[in-house]
Amino acid sequence: MEILGYFNYWVFAIVLMIGLYAVIARGNLIKKLLGLSIFQSAVFLMYITMDKVEGGTAPIIQPGAVDQLYSNPLPQVLILTAIVVGVSTTALGLAIVVRIREAYGSIEEADILEEDIYDPEDQKEDPIP
Amino acid sequence: MSVLAHLPALVVIAPLLTSPLVLLLKPRGLAWLAALVASLASFAIAIALTTSVLEGTTPGYEMGGWPAPYGIGLTIDALSAIVLLVVTGASSFALLAGRASIDSQIAPARQPYFYAAWLLAVAGFLGIAVSADAFNIFVFMEISSLACYVLIAGGPDRRALPAVFKYLIIGTVAATFYLIGVGLIYMMTGTLALADMESRIEAVADQSPILVAAGFITIGLALKAAVFPLHVWLPNAYTHAPHIVTVFLAACATKVAIYVLLRFDFFVFQQNLIGHELQFSFFLLPLAVLAVLIASGAALAESNLKRLLAYSSIAQIGYILLGASLVSVEGLTAGIVHLFNHALAKGALFLAVAGLALGASGLDLEDLRGIARKRPWTMAAFVAASLSLIGMPGTAGFISKWYLITAAIEQGPLGMVLVTVIVVSSLMALAYIWRVVEPAYFQSSETSSSAGEPAASTRGGAISWLAAVTWIAVAANFYFGLQPALPLSLAANAAGLLLGHMP
Amino acid sequence: MTPEQTILAAVATPLLGALAIVATGRISENLREGVTFLTASILIFWVWSLLPDLLSGARPGLVLTEVLPGIEIAFSVEPLGMLFAALASGLWLVNSLYSVGYMRANGEHHQTRYYTFFAISLMATMGIAFAGNLFTLFLFYEILTLSTYPLVSHKGDADTVRSARVYLGLLLATSIGLFLPAIIWTYAAAGTGDFTPGGVLEGAVGGVWVLLLLGLYVFGIGKAAVMPVHRWLPAAMVAPTPVSALLHAVAVVKAGVFSVVKIVVYIFGVDFLFELPGSVWLTWAAATTIILASVMALRQTNLKRLLAYSTVSQLSYVVMATAVLKPLAEIGAAIHMAAHALGKITLFFAAGALYTAAKITEVRDLAGMGQRMPWTMAAFTIGALSMIGVPPTGGFVSKWYILAGAFQAESYAAIATVILSTVLNAAYFLPLVWMAWFAESQPRYEGVREAPLPMVIALTFTGLATLAFFFFNAPVIELERQLLGDAS
Repeated sequence: MEILGYFNYWVFAIVLMIGLYAVIARGNLIKKLLGLSIFQSAVFLMYITMDKVEGGTAPIIQPGAVDQLYSNPLPQVLILTAIVVGVSTTALGLAIVVRIREAYGSIEEADILEEDIYDPEDQKEDPIP
Repeated sequence: MSVLAHLPALVVIAPLLTSPLVLLLKPRGLAWLAALVASLASFAIAIALTTSVLEGTTPGYEMGGWPAPYGIGLTIDALSAIVLLVVTGASSFALLAGRASIDSQIAPARQPYFYAAWLLAVAGFLGIAVSADAFNIFVFMEISSLACYVLIAGGPDRRALPAVFKYLIIGTVAATFYLIGVGLIYMMTGTLALADMESRIEAVADQSPILVAAGFITIGLALKAAVFPLHVWLPNAYTHAPHIVTVFLAACATKVAIYVLLRFDFFVFQQNLIGHELQFSFFLLPLAVLAVLIASGAALAESNLKRLLAYSSIAQIGYILLGASLVSVEGLTAGIVHLFNHALAKGALFLAVAGLALGASGLDLEDLRGIARKRPWTMAAFVAASLSLIGMPGTAGFISKWYLITAAIEQGPLGMVLVTVIVVSSLMALAYIWRVVEPAYFQSSETSSSAGEPAASTRGGAISWLAAVTWIAVAANFYFGLQPALPLSLAANAAGLLLGHMP
Repeated sequence: MTPEQTILAAVATPLLGALAIVATGRISENLREGVTFLTASILIFWVWSLLPDLLSGARPGLVLTEVLPGIEIAFSVEPLGMLFAALASGLWLVNSLYSVGYMRANGEHHQTRYYTFFAISLMATMGIAFAGNLFTLFLFYEILTLSTYPLVSHKGDADTVRSARVYLGLLLATSIGLFLPAIIWTYAAAGTGDFTPGGVLEGAVGGVWVLLLLGLYVFGIGKAAVMPVHRWLPAAMVAPTPVSALLHAVAVVKAGVFSVVKIVVYIFGVDFLFELPGSVWLTWAAATTIILASVMALRQTNLKRLLAYSTVSQLSYVVMATAVLKPLAEIGAAIHMAAHALGKITLFFAAGALYTAAKITEVRDLAGMGQRMPWTMAAFTIGALSMIGVPPTGGFVSKWYILAGAFQAESYAAIATVILSTVLNAAYFLPLVWMAWFAESQPRYEGVREAPLPMVIALTFTGLATLAFFFFNAPVIELERQLLGDAS
């Protein structure tokens, strides 16, 4: 019962770790970004979970209703902001991946490292892109 | 309400609102001018706020007129004031000096975007410093981080791209850790305002989630602050960023994260968690010592000037944390003063590097042979600024070193070990600076022709201008070395504040 | 002008002189050198005008600015500093005359840079001489290190740069690594670093910690060249000879021993240290340096390096005299600073004259030079006799006082060291003198004449001053007796 009662939190922890694992273990930059998104989604889940009040409804004031039990709206608002932040991060990350692909011709971490090590001529700065 | 009362909000709003405007300013130079004006305006406001903090007030502001538990509160105490000064000052100096350098590295068509991102970064940093609300800090942190990613990737060096990608991943993980921590605290206390957290945590029956939150927040912020060994993103990001961006970031990016770290740990956790001060010291002190020694060692082995200075920054962050982890008034004063003084020294150094880059074919130490003959004033500024980094008497760096050693001596036998560490790392700083200075003065470049000399005749004025501003920054290092009353009183005040929250 | 204003003027004058040298350097060489002479003369005027006040027992001082709470940039004049400042400023004028001859005759490059940093070095020297507390002393000590670096590395070739690296590295490493912690420790423990008659540390630091602190000071002040931190001094010999003469026989090295004496007298307190049996280690360290450096000097073939090792040994006389911790020995330490300065600058002037006139750098080439360059070699002989301590030279006076102090303290180690080292000094100087006057000259030095006139005037002057010090030392001893009055 104890364990099941914390079901959402277990899911949160597992998803978090899955995301982190992908970020660390994958060499493909897109997959890294996917991992990062999963990682962030786990946190969204945590926030959403904590605002749920048992038996509560959506926090909308209805005419006539007194002492209405409703879920805490604040975490939802917060996480809306966090989602926006997450989306921008992913977008920016993808943009950078595109430019990496243009500059290096690959989105594999290993290839990029190799390029910079073995191609010293390319390392010199271009005057202006 | 007079304008004065709105200053705490205006300091952030000035760059934040100018940022989209800058996008519209296509004609050359206008975007730069607008960004500079906004930055200087923030600088002026920061000075005004600091003055009123020094008079003993704590300027506060309620966004939209909503009082704190409902609305978002802004407060400015001595600690935030010093961060405000550092951020706005660094931004203003970098923009003022950097036109020539930016022109050489960023195509004119992309410059409006560049300046817009710059202002967003400034607004983000400032927002962190004035916020009294944990979630608000997260939002501003992400604004500044996203803008920084753009700035770093903006240069002509393609190696900036993988560097920035790494920074983005680590930065986002760090911010998410912070978010988890804040969420856990909110779950247990039902508040996001730092002041309320502080008073409510005590009442929480089950402290385990708070401890977990403390761990998440500390690690997250340590990642952002590049605390050794969580610093891996920093060297590449600093090295390959456009030179002027490095000036700005080196002076303030990590400092702001340290600011949040101090604020959170001392305001919220320190007094409420049993034995937290020991945990804090046990966690940070060894890391700080390692940072100081290992990063200085890495700088000794580095062959690229910017990366060398980046490693030196990691070591200097170690100094700040070393002071803070002593959890004493002297230690915190030393740490906070060093936050200010290191920004001065490193800012001036990277400004000099930007100047050197305009005359050299690259920034590897080999490329810098004989550069002193080509750029005598800039190189002299570099030497003068590095005196401050090493901690020669009469410079700002000496003041922080003095306080740091004094604070360490008071710790008894352990203190003697720390004094040794500080002294040894100063000598290492001397050695790695020397690796730059000697080739610059005593070796002649093999490419005797003006290779990499970007049309000296037309740009001569701009380059002298850059050197002149660099010298102003160097002069500030000497001024605050001889008249350190301003940063010291702010730092002592802030240290008192932080420790005032201890049980 | 009040004495306080005079102190400030004495520190500021060389700095203003440096600016004027930079400004006039582009216009004309003669004007630039004229500025140097003028600056040196004005400086002498300021410094010597402080003397009457001091002899009447006044101790003028002022606080320029407070940097940190309790830590000020402050100046004060006391007998020891007065002597040091008077020596350095007086010899700067002579040395400038010599420099003009040397630099022009040898066609040295970057002469404006040379004179500028020389003036800045003198500013730092004045700051050290008049420093009112440890912080001020340290500030100017580091300025002196940094401002002499361009002078040492003047030549700019690979060898010079390597030696100059040793010079700067060793001096900065010891000062940052040992001297600075010692100063901060002193401030933290005693709450002040002001130079106070009788010392400030009694009761603030106890037992073995005092010895550790003393060690930090003695080895932290690398400029005093107590072994094993003496290596920078032979390395500094790559500099042009006038630099070696004024800075590495007078200003820089004396700044080192001056700091040691001042710290022992005014920070530790002579009586406080004397009570502490362990403090005798300093006598032994100095004695070891005296003997070892003399032995090394014996083995040198390069003239300037020989002189450098002789300096290392002579500096430790001052340190040892201080470590004897008896009033007469402290007076001896002060007088030896003066006597050695006059003698050693004469020797270096002579070495520079030999180099300029005949490109002689090695000891063996001295043979027969007495006939070709009689003035130079006469001065050299006087300097060498003063190093050994033969009357009628200045070196005899100071040795007398040091021995008297050693007998007072019954420090037989010190007495034995003085005697042994006198023998060693004679062993490496007398053969040179003999060779110069009586050995057969080498044919390739046929036709060699005296060096340019300014140099000969300079070295004759200091040679005569070395002799004069034997006869007219009363004012100096009178002045330094006040140090004793201060100390006890």
